[in-house]
Amino acid sequence: MRRTPLRPLAHVISAREQGENPDLIEARERAKRNQAAQVKTRVRAENRLLILGLAFIVGFGAVGGKMAYLASSTPAEPKEYVSGSQIINQRADILDRNGNVLATNMSTQALYAQPPLMVDPKKAADDLYLIFPDLDHKRLVRDFTSGKRKFIWIKKRLSPEQRQRVHDLGEPGLLFGNREMRLYPNGKLAAHILGGTRFGEEGVRAAEVIGVGGVEKYFDTMLRDPALEGSPLQLSIDLTAQSATRQVLEDGMRYMNAKGASSILMDVHTGEILSMVSLPDFDPNDRPRNAVSGDPSDSPLFNRAAQGLYELGSTFKIFAAGVSLEKGLGNPQTMIDTTSPMKWGKFKIKDFKNYGPELSMEDVIMKSSNVGTARMAMAAGSSAQKRMLKDLGFFEAVPVELGEASRTKPLLPKNWSEISTITISYGHGISATPLHLATAYAMLANGGYQVKPTLQRLDTTDARGQRILSAQTSQQLMSMMRRVVGEEKGTATMGDVEGYEVAGKTGTADKPKPSGGYYEDKVIATFASVFPASNPKYALVVSLDEPEIEAVGEKRRTAGWTAVPVAAEVISRVAPILNLRPIAPKQQITYTSSDNQ
Amino acid sequence: MRALIYILCSALVVAVAYWAYTENYTTQASNRRVEELHRQIASEKEAIAIMRAEWAYLNRPERLAELADLNFERLQLVPLAAQHFAELETIPLPPRNIVIPNNPVSVSSDGGKQYP
Repeated sequence: MRRTPLRPLAHVISAREQGENPDLIEARERAKRNQAAQVKTRVRAENRLLILGLAFIVGFGAVGGKMAYLASSTPAEPKEYVSGSQIINQRADILDRNGNVLATNMSTQALYAQPPLMVDPKKAADDLYLIFPDLDHKRLVRDFTSGKRKFIWIKKRLSPEQRQRVHDLGEPGLLFGNREMRLYPNGKLAAHILGGTRFGEEGVRAAEVIGVGGVEKYFDTMLRDPALEGSPLQLSIDLTAQSATRQVLEDGMRYMNAKGASSILMDVHTGEILSMVSLPDFDPNDRPRNAVSGDPSDSPLFNRAAQGLYELGSTFKIFAAGVSLEKGLGNPQTMIDTTSPMKWGKFKIKDFKNYGPELSMEDVIMKSSNVGTARMAMAAGSSAQKRMLKDLGFFEAVPVELGEASRTKPLLPKNWSEISTITISYGHGISATPLHLATAYAMLANGGYQVKPTLQRLDTTDARGQRILSAQTSQQLMSMMRRVVGEEKGTATMGDVEGYEVAGKTGTADKPKPSGGYYEDKVIATFASVFPASNPKYALVVSLDEPEIEAVGEKRRTAGWTAVPVAAEVISRVAPILNLRPIAPKQQITYTSSDNQ
Repeated sequence: MRALIYILCSALVVAVAYWAYTENYTTQASNRRVEELHRQIASEKEAIAIMRAEWAYLNRPERLAELADLNFERLQLVPLAAQHFAELETIPLPPRNIVIPNNPVSVSSDGGKQYP
C-alpha cells in the first residue's frame, strides 16, 4: 500500500509560493485519511455482521431442520439401549429353598392354519388327523374346505417331533407360532403350591403366560415383571422333604383307605412351610379344568391343607390347657373333674370311655378327655378362650402367599355361647384348615411367639413376632404333648419316632353331613405334632379324610390308628433329610406325673 | 503465513471428516456385531434354559427314587434314616503323621477338620 505523507513536499512548496498556510494541507490530508479509515472499518464490520448472520442461519437452520425431521419421522428407540431386555422376556423361574427348579420355561411352538394358503386342504386335514388322532377329523375337513375360515388355531403346544412331522407335510397353509411354555419338571409334586398357568392374550408370534393358581397366581405380576430381569422366586419348600412326604402320605392314604390326605411341615421359628401336600393332586403341566358341578372339595385342584375347613377335633384340647396355664388356673398336675357324662343344659358331654372321677391336667390331654377339657374351658371362661384362639390365628384366613388360603376364612360360631366354649375346647363347632392348626402348633412350640406362615424362603432363622404365651406355658404344653406320644397310655403311641422326641395331639372328628348332623362312620383324623420336644424345630400336621383300617380285630378310624402312624413315617423320613440329628435316648426317662402307676 | 494456516486448517477439516466417516462405519459395523451377539446370547440362554429344564426333569425325586430302586443290588441305596447319623468320634480318623499327597482334594465333614 502506498502511503501519502501528511505534508507532501510538492504541495507544501507550491502553497508557500502562493502564500498559503501549509498546515491547511496537512489538515486536508488528515481528513482524507480519516475518511478512508472509516470506510474500511465499515466494510469490515459489515462483513463481520454478514458472517455472523450466516453462522446464525446455519446454526438455527440445523436445529430447525433436525426438529422438522424429528417431527415428521416415526420414532424409533436407539439401538444401544435394547441390549438385554429382548432376551429376558420370559416368566421368572420358581426354585425351592435349595435352588432346585420347581417351575421353568421352555420354548415350544403352536400350530395354526390359514386355509386360503393351502395347496390341498382335504389332504392337509387327513394328514393332520394322522399326526394328531385327538383332533376332530370332520371338523378339520369342514374348516379347511369351507373357504369361510381364514385362520384356525389347531394345537397350542407341539413337541419337537410333532413339529417336524407337520413340517414334513410341506403344506404352506400350516404355520407355526412361537410359544413359551411353563414347565413343572417335578410333575405332581408341589402341585397345589405352584398352581399352574394358562395362555392369556394369544398372538401369532407370542402368547402371554398367566398364573391361574397357587404361587403362580399370587406372584403373577412379580414373575412377569421385566424390571426384575428374570430373577427367580425362591420358595421355602424343600424339594426332597416334599417328595418324601408326598410319597409317604400317598402310601398311607392307600393303606388307611382314606379318600384324601394332607400334610404341612413348618419351621416353628420362621413360619416357613417346608412341605405342604394335599392328595389327591394333579399335574400342573396339564392342569385340569375347574369343576363346575359337584362338591369342589372333591376336585384334585382343591388344596385340603390350605382350603379345607374341617372341625379339627381333639387337637384343640391343648389350647384349652394353654388358656388354663396362662391364666394361672393350675399346673399340669392340677386335678380336674372328669365325671362322665357331664350334663350341661340339654347337652351331655361324654368321653370315649369313662376315665373315672378325676384326672390331672396332663392326663386329660394324654387320654384326650372331652369332659376334662370342657371343665377347663368353663373355668377359664369364653373371653380367655377367644383371645387365645385369636392370637393363634383362628379368627382370620391364613396370611400365606396363596390366593386359595386367603379366601378361606375359618367358620366360627355366630353366637359364642357357653356351649360353644365347651364344644370348641375339644375342637367341635369351629372349622379351620390344617394350615391354621400347623401355624398354631408352631406358635405353641417356639416359646410362645406369633409367626406368620410363609411360602417364601426367609434369610433368617428366627422370624418370631409378638409373644402370646409365656415361655413356661410353652414348655409345659410341650411336655404334656410329649406324654401323649411317649407314654404308654397316650393316644399317639405309634407316633414315637426314636430319636426325634415327637410331641403332639391327636384329633378325630366326625364329618358333618351336608344335611346337618354328623356321620357315624366318616371321620377326619388329624395328628398335630412338634419335634423334637426338648428343642422344638418343626411342626407337622397330618390329616386323613375318611380313613378306615382293620386292626386288632376291629375297624379303626381314630387318629391314633390312622393319622399317627403315617405322621410317624413322615417324621422318620423327613427329619434326617432336614439334617436333624437324632437325640440319643436317655437312660432314665422321668416324668413328674401323678399317674405313674 | 496466514495462507499456510488456512491450508493447514482445511487439511485438518478434511482429515477429521475422513476420520468421522470411518468411525461412523466402524460404529455401524460394531452395532451389527452387538446385535448379532445379542441374538447369539439369546439363543444360548434359551439352550441353557432347556438344559436346565431337562436337568431338573431328569433329577426329579420320583425318577431318582425309581433309579435307586432299580439299581439297588449295585448301589444299595436306601432312604436317609436317623441311624445314618454318626458321631464324629466314632469314625476312625487317619493317623496324625499322614503324608498329604501333592494333589490334595478338599474334604469336609460336619464340624470336622478341613484340609486345604
